[in-house]
Amino acid sequence: MEKTWNNKAWFMVLPVLLLVAFSAVIPLMTVVNYSVQDTFGNNQFFWAGAEWFEEILHSDRFHAALGRNLFFSLVILLIEIPLGIVIALNMPRRGWGVPVCLVLMSLPLLIPWNVVGTIWQVFGRVDIGLLGRTLEALGINYNYVQNPVHAWITVFIMDVWHWTSLVVLLCYAGLVSIPDAFYQAAKIDGASRWAVFRYIQLPKMNRVLLIAVLLRFMDSFMIYTEPFVVTGGGPGNSTTFLSIDLVKMAVGQFDLGPAAAMSIIYFLIILLMSWVFYTVMTNYDAER
Amino acid sequence: MAKIDLNHIRHAYGPNPQSPKDYALREVHHSWDDGGAYALLGPSGCGKTTLLNIISGLIHPSHGQLLFDGQDVTNLSTQERNIAQVFQFPVIYDTMSVYDNLAFPLRNRGVPEADIDRKVRETLDMIDLADWAKKKARGLTADQKQKISLGRGLVRSDVNAILFDEPLTVIDPHMKWMLRSQLKQLHRRFGYTMVYVTHDQTEALTFAQKVVVMYEGEIVQIGTPEELFERPKHTFVGYFIGSPGMNVMPVKLAGAIASLGSHRIELPAPAKLGDATKVELGIRPEYVRLGRQGMPVTIAKVEDIGRHKIVRARLEGQELAIIVGEGQEIPTEPHVAFDPRGINIYADSWRVEG
Ligand SMILES: Nc1ncnc2c1ncn2[C@@H]1O[C@H](COP(=O)(O)OP(=O)(O)OP(=O)(O)O)[C@@H](O)[C@H]1O
Ligand SMILES: [Mg+2]
Repeated sequence: MEKTWNNKAWFMVLPVLLLVAFSAVIPLMTVVNYSVQDTFGNNQFFWAGAEWFEEILHSDRFHAALGRNLFFSLVILLIEIPLGIVIALNMPRRGWGVPVCLVLMSLPLLIPWNVVGTIWQVFGRVDIGLLGRTLEALGINYNYVQNPVHAWITVFIMDVWHWTSLVVLLCYAGLVSIPDAFYQAAKIDGASRWAVFRYIQLPKMNRVLLIAVLLRFMDSFMIYTEPFVVTGGGPGNSTTFLSIDLVKMAVGQFDLGPAAAMSIIYFLIILLMSWVFYTVMTNYDAER
Repeated sequence: MAKIDLNHIRHAYGPNPQSPKDYALREVHHSWDDGGAYALLGPSGCGKTTLLNIISGLIHPSHGQLLFDGQDVTNLSTQERNIAQVFQFPVIYDTMSVYDNLAFPLRNRGVPEADIDRKVRETLDMIDLADWAKKKARGLTADQKQKISLGRGLVRSDVNAILFDEPLTVIDPHMKWMLRSQLKQLHRRFGYTMVYVTHDQTEALTFAQKVVVMYEGEIVQIGTPEELFERPKHTFVGYFIGSPGMNVMPVKLAGAIASLGSHRIELPAPAKLGDATKVELGIRPEYVRLGRQGMPVTIAKVEDIGRHKIVRARLEGQELAIIVGEGQEIPTEPHVAFDPRGINIYADSWRVEG
C-alpha cells in the first residue's frame, strides 16, 4: 500500500510544544537569564557572566545548606528504609488485617505537605501541643523553636511519619508476590528467619527497594514545605535547607541573580543524582 | 528413616467444615512402611499435595494424628520432623549459585563443610549439573531449576522420608527416565521411605513397590501394580489405571448370575451385596473376548495402536472397549464373551469381595 505523506500532521503536535514551552522551557530560560545578569532595580540589567555561579559555589551559606540537605536525606533514608522493611515484613499476608493495614499505611501519604507541617507544628508546641506538653510533663525540656537539635529531631520524625508508609507499601508489594512454595521450601530446608529474609524476601524486594531509595532521596533532597511550616528554617539557620534558602534569597532578599544561579546549580545536582540512580538501576537490570 | 502412621487424618482448609465436601482430605488412615517406595496417584484436586504437606508438617491436620516410628509428631515443626520434600513447582534460591542451592539445607543444619562438599558433588553428578555448580541459579532453564529443586531434596542423607510432588513434570523423557532410575537406585542404597506423587500411571507403576490411589480426598486402594490392575477396589481405580480403563456397566444380580439387559453372565462365585443401591460389573478390555459366540455387539471404531488393537463397541447400549491381538481379525457378526477371571462386581462403586 502506498503511504500518504502529509506534513500537516506536525501541526497536531503544536499544542503540546506550546504547553511545554510555557510550562518548562520559558521559565527555565528566564532563570538562566537572571543567573547571568545583575540588576539594581528599574528593570535595568547588566551582564554578569559566571559571577553569580562562582559566588554561590564559594559561599559558605550554600555549602552549609547543601550539607544539611545531604545529612537530612542520609538520616531519613537510614531510618525509613529499614523501618519500612520491618513493618512490611510484619504486615499480614491475608485475612481482614490486609485492608486495615493498607488503609492505615496510606493515610499519611494522602495528607497534603503543608497540613503535615501544620499538624507537627501544633503537635510539638510547648504551650498547646500534645507532644510538647507531654514531654514537658515528663520533665524533658523540649522546644523545637529554640533548640536546633530538637528542631532537627522534629523534622526527622515528621518525615519518617509522613513517608515511611511509601517504603512499606513498595516493600509489601514485593513481598506479596512471593509464592507460598518458597516459604514452604525454606521450612523444609531448615532455613532460619534470617535466611528466609536474606535469600527469599530481600531478593524479591531488591527492585522496589531501589525505587524506594530513589524516590525518598529525590523527595527529601527537595524538601521544602514541611520544615518551612514547622521551623521556618530555624532556629537561626539550623534547619535551612537548599530550597528554603533559595526562597529566602529570591523572595526575601530579592537577590534574583544569585538565586537564579543557585537554582540552576540545585537543578544540576538533582539531574546528576537522577542520572547516577538511573545508571545504577539499568546496570542492575542488565546484570539479572 | 521411619515408619509413618497416619491416624484418622482429616483436613479442611476452610474454618468451619460441615459436610464431607468441605474436606480436602476426608479420612486417611494408613501406614507407610519404613523404607517403602510408594507412588501416590490420583486426579487433580484429590488431595495429594495436601497429604504430603501434612506429613512434612507444612499443614497441621484438622483432625487426626501423625506418628513417626510410633512417636506422635502431629505438633512438631517441619524442621523437627526432618523430612525432605520436592515441590510441584520448582523452588530455587535466585541469588545463590547452583552449588549453594544444594548446600543450603545442609548448611542450615550445621553440617561440617567437608561433608557438605562431598554430598553436594554427589548430588550434582546425579542430577547432571556438575558443570553448572558455579553458575548463578537465576538464569537457568525450567528443567534445570526443577533438577536443582529435586537435588535439594536428595542432598540430605539422614531424613525420615523423602516426599516428591510431581518432581519431573518439565523434564524431557530421556532425562526423566534416567532420574527415575537414579531415584530407584538411591532407594535401594539408602532405604529411604519415599512417597512419589504423579499423574502419570506408567511413572507410578515403574517407580513404586506399592501404588496408592487417591480419589476425592480418600485413599481408595493401596496395592501392587498387579493388584490395581486385576482387582480394582473402586470403579475409579478401574477407570484410572489401565489404558483404556475398565469397562463398567450396570447389572442386576441374582446369586451367581448377573443380568445385563437380556443377557445373563455367570459369575465365578455369588456376590454378597448388602443393601447396595447401585450394582455394576467391571471388566478390563483385556478380558473381553471378541468372537462369534456370546453377546452380540456393534462395532463403532477400531484403533490400531501397534502391539494390539482397541475395538470400541456397543453392548446393550453401553460402550465397551475390547483389546484384541494385532493379527486377530474382526468377525462380521461380532459377539463378545467375558473371561470369568476378569470379572469384578461393584456395589455402590466399591468392589464386592468374592
Ligand atoms: N491453600 C489452600 N486453600 C484452600 N483450598 C485448598 C488449598 N490448597 C488446596 N486446596 C483445595 O484442596 C483440594 C486438594 O488440593 P491438593 O492441592 O491437595 O490436590 P492435588 O491432588 O495435589 O492436585 P494436583 O494434582 O492438581 O496438584 C482441592 O480441592 C484444592 O482446591
Ligand atoms: Mg498437587
